[in-house]
Amino acid sequence: MTDALISVAGLGKRFDGGTVEALSDLSFEIGTGAITGLVGPDGAGKTTLLRLLAGLLDRDEGVMRVCGLDPRSDAAPLHAQLSYMPQKFGLYEDLTVLENLDLYADLRELGGPERAERFETLLAFTTLGPFTGRLAGALSGGMKQKLGLACALIRKPRLLLLDEPSVGVDPISRRELWRMVQDLVDDGIGVIWSTAYLDEAELCGRVLVLSEGRMIFDGPPGGMTAPLAGRAFRLTGVETGRRRILGDLLTRADVVDGVIEGADIRLILRPGSEPGALSEGLTGARMVPVPPRFEDAFMDRLGGVGKERSPFRNGARADGNPGKSVIRSDRLTRKFGDFVAASEISFNVTEGEIYGLIGPNGAGKSTTFKMLCGLLKPTSGSATIAGFDLGQSPSKARGRLGYMAQKFSLYGDLSVRQNLDFFAGVYGLSGAARRTAISQMIDTFELGELLGQDAGSVPPGHKQRLALACAVMHHPDVLFLDEPTSGVDPRTRREFWTHINALSDSGTTIIVTTHFMEEAEYCDRVGLVYAGNMIAEGSPSALKLRAGDPDITLEEAFIHLVETSQSGGVAP
Amino acid sequence: MSRQAAPGRFNARRVRGLIRKEVRQVLRDPSNFVVAIILPALLLFLFGYGVTLDPRHYELGLVIEQPTAETGSLAAAFTNSPFFEVQIAQDRRQLEPALVAGDLHALVVVPAAASARAYGGQTAPIQVIVDGSDPNTANLVLGYVELLWANWLEQQSIGHGGMIAPPPISIEHRVWFNPELASRNYLVPGSIAIILTLIGSLLTALVIAREWERGTMEALLATPINVAELLIGKLAPYFLLGMASMALSTVLAVTVFGVPLRGSIWVLTLISAVYMLASLGQGLLISTLTRNQLVASQVSILSAFLPAFYFSDFVFEIDSMPVALQWVSYIVPARYFVSSLQTVFLAGDIWPVILPDTAALGLVSAVIFTVTLMRTRTRLD
Repeated sequence: MTDALISVAGLGKRFDGGTVEALSDLSFEIGTGAITGLVGPDGAGKTTLLRLLAGLLDRDEGVMRVCGLDPRSDAAPLHAQLSYMPQKFGLYEDLTVLENLDLYADLRELGGPERAERFETLLAFTTLGPFTGRLAGALSGGMKQKLGLACALIRKPRLLLLDEPSVGVDPISRRELWRMVQDLVDDGIGVIWSTAYLDEAELCGRVLVLSEGRMIFDGPPGGMTAPLAGRAFRLTGVETGRRRILGDLLTRADVVDGVIEGADIRLILRPGSEPGALSEGLTGARMVPVPPRFEDAFMDRLGGVGKERSPFRNGARADGNPGKSVIRSDRLTRKFGDFVAASEISFNVTEGEIYGLIGPNGAGKSTTFKMLCGLLKPTSGSATIAGFDLGQSPSKARGRLGYMAQKFSLYGDLSVRQNLDFFAGVYGLSGAARRTAISQMIDTFELGELLGQDAGSVPPGHKQRLALACAVMHHPDVLFLDEPTSGVDPRTRREFWTHINALSDSGTTIIVTTHFMEEAEYCDRVGLVYAGNMIAEGSPSALKLRAGDPDITLEEAFIHLVETSQSGGVAP
Repeated sequence: MSRQAAPGRFNARRVRGLIRKEVRQVLRDPSNFVVAIILPALLLFLFGYGVTLDPRHYELGLVIEQPTAETGSLAAAFTNSPFFEVQIAQDRRQLEPALVAGDLHALVVVPAAASARAYGGQTAPIQVIVDGSDPNTANLVLGYVELLWANWLEQQSIGHGGMIAPPPISIEHRVWFNPELASRNYLVPGSIAIILTLIGSLLTALVIAREWERGTMEALLATPINVAELLIGKLAPYFLLGMASMALSTVLAVTVFGVPLRGSIWVLTLISAVYMLASLGQGLLISTLTRNQLVASQVSILSAFLPAFYFSDFVFEIDSMPVALQWVSYIVPARYFVSSLQTVFLAGDIWPVILPDTAALGLVSAVIFTVTLMRTRTRLD
């Protein structure tokens, strides 16, 4: 036995009677002294690994010691030494803050004067003191997260497992939580923090990177990005058509990966490539070296982005009229009782533009989004979609828009073909128009071979293609995307955005809501929504500049802008 | 840090904490009140007032082919009966369409020669045509018609100085336990069984499935809790809730519906407690296996509520079921409970009924709890 807090060798776990391999052949050791990041997209196996470590699942292969115990046979003594905060924090939403603490204190047998003392410490640590009587369900995402942490810390554990503690929480609370957990590490507690946000990984002392149940990296985050030194660039000064340029660049053999980043294009080159070759023929464009990021490294390790062009590149409608306003929101306001969910939200989106409504959960972006889709009646203000006033002709306006929901909202037990048929019917397509539309979608998205398969069983990338096909089958003027790629692995996300970029090029106006800042970078312009208000609007680069530094992430810019708006600085 | 008891050992503080949490949740969630208070009251009122299995006002067509003084008094006997609404005609063809259309439950035809033959000491043939599409009603109507006919014959024979053949056997009715034969008196105790089934199986299955769905079970299981603590922490509050609901139902049954309570409160409490355990055990088992509120509610309706309704002698008589179904009824806990409840309410503390019922219930509970304990793990898989 070693001194390590966790030691794992040859760990494997299968589900569904052994047919689905969730984790295979993991070996690592973890000690104290730093936050260990467990990093990977949804479905990579992060939660399964944490549950195995916590003794909540039993392994199929390998050996593991956690706090010197075997989670399989010594679950009870192990639970006395470790704390686990599951996704959604494991709180009882119908109990108050104090009642939640009470419960966990009882479960961990903490009584007497120590209990009161510990509560006081935790409430001070989490700044939840003034809210002890509030129901946990009525707390903001950030406060829930802190309460979840407090419940996990009722007794100081040796090991703290946090499963996606920062999902959907606003960037400011995220940063606060990070600091709190850092304090715990300094106090000698071992911490594993799982996350699908690759940017969060850069802050960890050590990362385990999972992809499809396998560990693709184990070490300090710097080690992950080191091989990319000198290979990450920003193509800046591109005047117009950066999405089309990106589409062309991605087909080149010397480009591993590329994404839109505000007004620029971020590119990762193959080792030994000549960066100058990429800006050739583009007037005014320059390649600027940038520090590589974790996501770049992740993509590099997975072999880079696919080389296919989007079928939408030769989109049906190139007769666009850029500059024409397609979506206009005029002081949209929605109140629920006394609570103002959205307050005087105004913005314009022009044809072919990709516009992002960005903000943490509960900020008011979904409310705004629902009003724009005509699903929710505004308390005051108005909106037009493709020239139709939502207040006067909501069904006409809705006929001009396509919608793709956050989660896979197709019928998983219908075949791909049946899904297409169904959505064609929903959009009122019939006869020849319906046949044409469906066959067009099958050709465009190369769904031909999958037609007979259940939509639920096709690979994630194809699911997304199908969902997109169902949303754009009736050639909408406006496409609404609700957190289309949050948590999705970067490769699938890139494929998806290739299609979105091409759609936008062919004149479709796109509006995205997301709390996922990486997604926001792909937008032409974003509106930052916070506590029901639009606190800033502009291109991602402009917002970064306004926050004082063009090289920061959009998330950092967001935090800065929120803080300025709170301290009375008025965002113009 | 305070001393921590050996992990995995049963700990009263943990159980107390769990119970307190559960009670707080129950008190805070109005839907629990609906299930524990409103629903029982509603069911009792429904079965106490709304549903009655007592025969009333059957639609009867009476065809008297040749009116005479005797047929006149027969017609009067039918018309005066509280069981029938009578339409009279001289020709069956006038009333047959109504029978076909379902407007009449039965048609009684008194042929021209009937009274003459009867007075001649022969069998008097009257014809009864019954709508058999609802066999229960058909049997009841047939029985009432026969009874009425026999009574009438008897009266006539007294009036005519014994000229008519007396019926071969004379039947004296005496009804024990429920002299008015009011169906309410056995429906109300029966519906108490249904109420406890709902609280025990459905509510319990739902609250535990909810914990799985919301991810709080995962957080609970990661603490040093053990299976016994978890089960007791979950069972105790709902046991008490069920018993409170039982008390409420009993008070309503006795005061509002005038159902007699001839047995003792203690026996009533004892059998209810044992039944509650069986029912809770079933709820626990369902939620442990399904972990999903929708599936849990469907499974508990199918496996607990409906059997309690059909196989408990509550509404449907087990003795008149096919033998195979009668055997099925032996594994339905509600069967024993309804039998005991009806006994305690209507007859008293009849130990030869209550003891075997309680023993059977105890056995069922023991089996269910053993399975539940085996299936419940402090693990997710």
